[in-house]
Amino acid sequence: MEDILFNYFPSAANIIWIILKIIAIVIPLMISVAYLTYFERKVIGYMQGRIGPNRVGYFGLLQPIADALKLMFKEIILPTKSNKFLFFLAPILTIAPAFAAWAVIPFDIGLVLADVNAGLLYILAMTSIAVYGVIIAGWASNSKYAFLGSLRSAAQIVSYEIAMGFSLVGVLMCANSLNLSQIVLGQSGGLSQWYIWPLFPLFIIYFISAVAETNRAPFDVAEGESEIVAGFHVEYSGMAFAVFFLAEYANMILVSMLAALMFLGGWLSPVEFIPDGAPWLFVKVGFLLFFFLWFRATFPRYRYDQIMRLGWKVFIPITLFWIVFIGIMMQTPYQGMFH
Amino acid sequence: MMLIKKTIDLLKSLSLYELVIGMALTGRYFFSKKVTIQYPEERTPQSPRFRGLHALRRYPNGEERCIACKLCEAVCPALAITIESEMREDNTRRTTRYDIDLTKCIFCGFCEESCPVDAIVETRIFDYHGEQRGDLLYTKEMLLEVGDKNEKQIAIDRQQEAKYR
Repeated sequence: MEDILFNYFPSAANIIWIILKIIAIVIPLMISVAYLTYFERKVIGYMQGRIGPNRVGYFGLLQPIADALKLMFKEIILPTKSNKFLFFLAPILTIAPAFAAWAVIPFDIGLVLADVNAGLLYILAMTSIAVYGVIIAGWASNSKYAFLGSLRSAAQIVSYEIAMGFSLVGVLMCANSLNLSQIVLGQSGGLSQWYIWPLFPLFIIYFISAVAETNRAPFDVAEGESEIVAGFHVEYSGMAFAVFFLAEYANMILVSMLAALMFLGGWLSPVEFIPDGAPWLFVKVGFLLFFFLWFRATFPRYRYDQIMRLGWKVFIPITLFWIVFIGIMMQTPYQGMFH
Repeated sequence: MMLIKKTIDLLKSLSLYELVIGMALTGRYFFSKKVTIQYPEERTPQSPRFRGLHALRRYPNGEERCIACKLCEAVCPALAITIESEMREDNTRRTTRYDIDLTKCIFCGFCEESCPVDAIVETRIFDYHGEQRGDLLYTKEMLLEVGDKNEKQIAIDRQQEAKYR
């Protein structure tokens, strides 16, 4: 079937085939984003001794759909004298990279939309674009609160990107590749071969930076719902706001996915007698996402200067030290530990 | 000694010791019994002294208890009660008007305490509403209706509290 299509309409069929693959990634992603919000409300409720949403559908399972419908029917208010083009560009610029980065994520051997060799660089580039969405949203809103909020968010995202990038350098040194599939395959051989063990400090720093990078609690000063309502997206309402919301959760899933691929062996099974496969990847991602929610239910919000101190004066020195340490260890007889 | 303490503190913060302690606590609560009361189906227990919606009571023979002494009107700190009275044909004094403005009422229960004949009482009802302006201005007829509907529970509650009054 596929061959016939390619023979008669080579380019058109190719494009349609790629679009179908994109849809096959984006639709489940949208659904999991919706249900991550439900899952978050349930988990935080449980940790606070409540039961969370349970009215819409069985166990409240239709709650995300009800929320989405509500947001769709709400009015999108355009602030006076705001820049209309940029105002609507900003949410798109925030969500597009969060989805585009999924192009190079391998779900299993060969199960990847674009198996590019510089996959990791592509992801780092894509996640860096998201910060423009934040800045433009704050500026286009024509509101000093949104503007200041966007500066705070942008500074935070940029700072933690460095620590995040450095912790991934450790992975590159171990895997000798920028291709995500190669990085995962470098960890084959069971639980003990995963990069989380030799790179444990880098894993911790990567994950904490990921929490800061996605503006999640306890680093959510930009949103700070209990004190300042919202940062760069105060002026957004209805679906435009929902897009920012979607982007935040899509980014959470993305960074968890990256952590699972880089440090937890991706789709590889931790034990010999159970075969590898994509379900392992989803289990690992779900496990890491649970930690995001667990953090939110546990920790009080950081002060802004503490966030900056942690990023610049703690994480970056530790990652730099560990990279040098790995480099030195690789020249010694113990290099087998780091592959 | 200072150095040892500083080293321990550094190790503690590097090993995220206190964060783990905090997460252990919320982790335990994740599995704890949930305290949510699902309101329309489940309700919290109420005291027989609960001060909710007002009611005017009647004697078992159907005669209304209120004798228009206006003590409740006088004691009401929010000035929520308005009473007018007249002489009835059988030479007894009865109210022609007995209004409680529930938007003014502070539910202190003084009216109930001041009443010499237990006519005005506060019931256990707390989930009532008005959909228009003025809906919460309860007239004599409305208050009597509340009383007629809930007389059984009202009588039980007064009975239980009688020995303390």
